[in-house]
Amino acid sequence: MARITELDVNGSREKIDVDAERTLLSVLRDDLDLTGAKYGCGEARCGACVVLMDGRPVPACVTSAGSAAGAKITTVEGLEQDGQLHPLQEAFLEVGAMQCGYCTPGMIMAGVALLRDNPDPDEAEIVRTLEGNLCRCGAYPRIVAAVRRAAGMLRGGGAA
Amino acid sequence: MKPFEYVRVKDARQAAQALGTERDQAKILAGGTDLLGEMKDYLVTPARLVNIKTIPNLDKIEHDDKKGLKLGALVTLSRLAEDKNVRERYTALAQAIDLSAMPQIRNAATIGGNLCQRPRCWYYRDEHTICLKKGGSKCYAVEGENQYHAILGGGPCYIVHPSDPAPALVALGARVVITDGTKTREVPLEQFFILPAQNVRRENILAQNEIITHVLVPAPAPGTRSVYLKEREKDSYDWALASAAVVVTPNAGSVGAARVVLGGVAPVPWRVAEAEKALVGQPLNPATLARAAEAALAGATPLEKNGYKVPLAQAVVRRALSLTMA
Ligand SMILES: Cc1cc2nc3c(=O)[nH]c(=O)nc-3n(C[C@H](O)[C@H](O)[C@H](O)COP(=O)(O)OP(=O)(O)OC[C@H]3O[C@@H](n4cnc5c(N)ncnc54)[C@H](O)[C@@H]3O)c2cc1C
Ligand code: FES
Ligand code: FES
Repeated sequence: MARITELDVNGSREKIDVDAERTLLSVLRDDLDLTGAKYGCGEARCGACVVLMDGRPVPACVTSAGSAAGAKITTVEGLEQDGQLHPLQEAFLEVGAMQCGYCTPGMIMAGVALLRDNPDPDEAEIVRTLEGNLCRCGAYPRIVAAVRRAAGMLRGGGAA
Repeated sequence: MKPFEYVRVKDARQAAQALGTERDQAKILAGGTDLLGEMKDYLVTPARLVNIKTIPNLDKIEHDDKKGLKLGALVTLSRLAEDKNVRERYTALAQAIDLSAMPQIRNAATIGGNLCQRPRCWYYRDEHTICLKKGGSKCYAVEGENQYHAILGGGPCYIVHPSDPAPALVALGARVVITDGTKTREVPLEQFFILPAQNVRRENILAQNEIITHVLVPAPAPGTRSVYLKEREKDSYDWALASAAVVVTPNAGSVGAARVVLGGVAPVPWRVAEAEKALVGQPLNPATLARAAEAALAGATPLEKNGYKVPLAQAVVRRALSLTMA
């Protein structure tokens, strides 16, 4: 059985020893203790498990460890730099863009990729980009507001 | 999920060897967005997964002004829809992808996997229902909750084909390149898909040890416009209730050539020659659109709860055709 012995996660090469058939989500959570990405539906329908693979948001629940090997993985734990949260994380806190918080890491990873590609997304684009991320608490209006706010922060203008 | 062996292959020959000849004992893994879901629900229980993403050069989009597009089977939906040339010249394909699933799935999903995805019929997807498609004796949709099922080409099973890119590609005249590592064949995409009446267990002609390596799309004739339009129940990600891919090449104020392919209403992308005939030689005015839409659904035989799909699909056809003039 093929084994995977290394994953590039949040800028560091993590030594592991797992079956290539395991899901990336389970390896991140159970072997690397990176519990930010969540298990929701397990079948690519809810976005709770979204991480970045070579910069693109993908559902880790249906990505095999074998296909993740060799790619650069970023999880919500990897966003903070020198003690500074990513502006979108700041914005989520300021706006209170969560209730239970279960969807938050996935929302933030999808949002971070969006802001990287488009520093000034309008509401329609935010909604379109986050459509695969479900929030069962219904915090959507605040989530959209947080993305708008982070966009303002990233453009250097403070709150949008 | 049942434990399985995982192998990576470097070429189609290795893939064929690893896939073997025993049906579904080994499955091809590409992006995994459909296959992993199926395995978690025990709809398929392969002993081996064959990861083809390690085959080099199948992730390329190649353009040729005369020959058209050559897509490697591993090109992701996101990359395809972002390609400027695809958006401009193969518009229906880009539009179909924009309307497929959500961004994170499109980042992982490959075009080859999209064409081979399994149906979304809720009886089929239910782990505990053994329907015709899973080797059982009955299609539960016939007398059951059939609001999302086929109105054309159904029987004995009434699935609809779930792919949005597929109708667009059929309308654009795409072909698929299939190989078992030794023999390679090129098949019009239209003939790649099969009806339940031909084989209720499968949706396409692939043998157990064959893989799709490429999708070829001929360059549209000058002046050609293509549109993909989809109606779904909810406005965020959802499969089609009805969709249409239309490709129109004008000729001196009227329609020179046309292709009309329906999605979400039949077990395969449903090309309607009658609708195409109603268009050719006519000016694209409201009367022509109405005749084409009528012709497109003339053969529909709805089940108890999906009669609404007939006027819905007609409206989608009319609107898609009118958008080719926009
Ligand atoms: C929540 C959700 C919503 C979705 N919505 C839509 C939608 O609106 N429209 C739409 O079109 N699709 C939709 N999809 C389906 C999605 O597009 C497919 O799951 C995806 O395209 C499959 O590609 P993949 O590379 O992940 O394939 P995989 O999951 O790896 O494989 C899918 C199947 O194809 C086979 N296969 C893969 N590659 C090849 C190849 N090269 N040759 C032969 N066989 C192969 C596999 O063995 C498997 O049976 C949705 C999926 C989900 C989970
Ligand atoms: S847990 Fe992966 S999308 Fe829901
Ligand atoms: S905050 Fe609870 S699911 Fe979004």
